[in-house]
Amino acid sequence: MKSVSEFRTIMTGNDAVAYGAKLARVKFISAYPITPQTTIVEKLASMIANDELDAKYVEVESEHSALAAVFASELTGVRSYTATSSHGLLYMHEMLHWVAGQRLPIVMSVVNRAIGPPWNIWADQSDTINQRDTGWMQVYSESNQEAMDTIIMGYKIAENADVMLPLMSMEDAFILSHTSEPVSMRNQDLINEYLPDLDLKFRIDPENPMGYGSYDTPDGSFMELKKDMVDSMGKARKVIMQETEKFNEIFETNYGGLVERYRMDDADYAIIAMGTVASTARFVVDKLRGKGMNVGLIRIRYFRPFPYDEILADLKNVKSAGIIDRSVSFGYAGATYSEVVSGLYGRINIPVSSFITGIGGRDVRSEDIENIAETIRKGSNGTYWINVKRVI
Amino acid sequence: MVLVPVSTVSTRNHPTDSWRIQRPTIQYDKCIRCMICWKYCPDNAINIENGDERAPNDRVAKMEYPVIDYNFCKGCGICANECPEKCIDMEFEVIE
Repeated sequence: MKSVSEFRTIMTGNDAVAYGAKLARVKFISAYPITPQTTIVEKLASMIANDELDAKYVEVESEHSALAAVFASELTGVRSYTATSSHGLLYMHEMLHWVAGQRLPIVMSVVNRAIGPPWNIWADQSDTINQRDTGWMQVYSESNQEAMDTIIMGYKIAENADVMLPLMSMEDAFILSHTSEPVSMRNQDLINEYLPDLDLKFRIDPENPMGYGSYDTPDGSFMELKKDMVDSMGKARKVIMQETEKFNEIFETNYGGLVERYRMDDADYAIIAMGTVASTARFVVDKLRGKGMNVGLIRIRYFRPFPYDEILADLKNVKSAGIIDRSVSFGYAGATYSEVVSGLYGRINIPVSSFITGIGGRDVRSEDIENIAETIRKGSNGTYWINVKRVI
Repeated sequence: MVLVPVSTVSTRNHPTDSWRIQRPTIQYDKCIRCMICWKYCPDNAINIENGDERAPNDRVAKMEYPVIDYNFCKGCGICANECPEKCIDMEFEVIE
């Protein structure tokens, strides 16, 4: 009987993610340093330098070039990896579309950091929410262990023949990236069984030359290619559930698929959150339950594909709900809020409120979430900024 | 299975000559066969062929010479601009 984990140790989220990439046997890495992501690729570079990881590391002059290099290497059928944050991710924006459009199952780590101005390096999910329409799957982790395991599950899901879309795996800046937690190092042999080598069907092959990056016309296949990406996002829902379940069985974990539910079975009120805010919310749920308030938590793991059905199934039985966004969408409510309410429209009619908090890394305290829960209990359809100061 | 944007059809089957507004013409009696136009053509629309009797003298006539592929030349004029002998003329295309 193999042990599911080789050992358990204390490490930062960024180290955990680097070990996740190592366990996934990535063969090519290209990245450009940006706080708070830098220590991920520093760790990987040192693994390569110390012969702990058999991979090629290419230094480039920008994030746009980093993803372009990874695009090219993945296109030759080599499992490739990169990581970035904030402005670096924005600089990659064009290449994000190229990678997804070329159907390359690349996994990238993004450490969620605020977008300037003013310069700010702290936790804020606006950077990845900005990229929601690029065709990448998006996962938001809540612990260092989950961040590590998501890289491995990410490649398995992305490389599925019915999916073939890239995946972004998120950590909240510093709260996960630079905070040490106990993490179990997965058994490499079991990972190898779970995640076979990449076999890319349409890869660059001198024996079988094809055109890549060609042009297409309005009457060609352009529209069909885009629709196929949407169809694959739909199929990814099932694949995510299957592969997460398989991982849970092998490694004795209990990750939810697209969402994770906490005390929702008998809940009258629901808090919906994503990333590390959900950990604080879970603590608050227990506290308020002790005071007799029947509140539950839905933690969104996958923002793309978006878990409409899962959220709808849970919200059918509650009186009201509220959504916490750690990102800003100028001109409307929180991004997660608008996704959720559009999924509910015409199917169930309950008050749903939007809460914006933790912007630019401002601390999200348990008392903030208690206030949020109280507003949800009153039943409201408003948008609220929580813990925002009066600026004169 | 998913749809992947790769093309198995050669771009040779997709001529781009209709994009051209101005047409470059090489004056072979002045051309010194330096091949600078071939090097600079951004579209690989200048090919190299063997010996041509239109050359200014016998020595040059035995050399390889540049030939513009009008199926793919988009008429950018970079060849005319770079030609050290100024022997590539750019003239507006005439639609007959």
